[in-house]
Amino acid sequence: MSVTTAHNAKRMYRFDLTKRLVAKLHRDEAVIGGIGHSNFDLFTAGHRPQNFYMLGSMGLAIPIALGVAIAQPQRKVFAIEGDGSLLMQLGCLSTVATQAPKNLVILVMDNGTYQITGGQATPAAGGTDYVAIARGCGIQSAAWAADEADFERLVEHCLAADGPHLIGLKLDEQGPAGQTERDPSQIRDRFMRGMGAKKSKLTT
Amino acid sequence: MQPWHEIVVEQLKANEIRLIPYVPDNVLKPLINAIHADPFFTAFTTAREEEAIGIVCGAVMAGMRGMALMQTSGFATLANVLASLPCAFQIPALMMISERGTLGEFNIGQAAVWRTMRPTLEALAMEHHVITRLDECGFIVDRTIRQAISTQQPAALILSPLLTGGKANPVKAGG
Repeated sequence: MSVTTAHNAKRMYRFDLTKRLVAKLHRDEAVIGGIGHSNFDLFTAGHRPQNFYMLGSMGLAIPIALGVAIAQPQRKVFAIEGDGSLLMQLGCLSTVATQAPKNLVILVMDNGTYQITGGQATPAAGGTDYVAIARGCGIQSAAWAADEADFERLVEHCLAADGPHLIGLKLDEQGPAGQTERDPSQIRDRFMRGMGAKKSKLTT
Repeated sequence: MQPWHEIVVEQLKANEIRLIPYVPDNVLKPLINAIHADPFFTAFTTAREEEAIGIVCGAVMAGMRGMALMQTSGFATLANVLASLPCAFQIPALMMISERGTLGEFNIGQAAVWRTMRPTLEALAMEHHVITRLDECGFIVDRTIRQAISTQQPAALILSPLLTGGKANPVKAGG
């Protein structure tokens, strides 16, 4: 993968990156959107039944994605997690490295702040490198995206090659493009259908 | 009569509970060993109990049933994720909790955190049952799992020291 360092990675717009990711998903890949703006932009990019939008349980996007990946090893599964959320549950990177699901891809959306609560700096503002942490945990395929084109190339690599993979994305300060409908039982129902794990005649 | 952990393994298999992420505990050791020895199960440790709940919830939504194993103090770390993930989304995440902190506890920290477990379960309105007797173990495990899945609700099974023997101080009081 690329050798871009955290320092040299371009700061990009989360909604644009999310749209670029979704545009490359053609095989009903699952996407778990982490708490807050990570899933707001996923929802706003266009709902798909293979999307799961979290509501609370900060830090669990990667564990939820790992569960999906273990249950369905033939399906690629993406976790979109914010940097503040990942800090809540850093240990999950070790679990991912040890379980080594080939079909799991983690995107870390790193804006250095808690944007949804007013933009306060995270405790990692001193220079924590999430790609280096992932490598240190044992996720060898971990890289910062240099820019948008590099991100697209990395996503294509993750779709084609066995993982687990992690892509670090440095974000600019722009806010989310919309807001997720907060209806958890509906979200769960749609997602289960999208995963082929539920069949029901209650369709309209 | 079979030991409790064999009964639990039988009921997990009968109900297709295959995924077992856990944070280990001494009392759970025979169950953990039996699960690891049986290729029916996928079992591994997680760094935190919250992580295990996330993994089970993801797997359940993708068609693979699971149960997280932990001890009482681990359950005490879970109120937020239980409220906002399996309770809010109606996901039948199952938990098995080995009960520390009562009936001979020697660690005051465990005894203190034990007092938070039932109030938390009750405040979350989560189905939970305490297993105290071998002859009731299979029935309670089986029916709790079935109800959780049928009603799309999380549930907790608590393994009492009355069932497992618990973990007692080898030194007698005053000894």
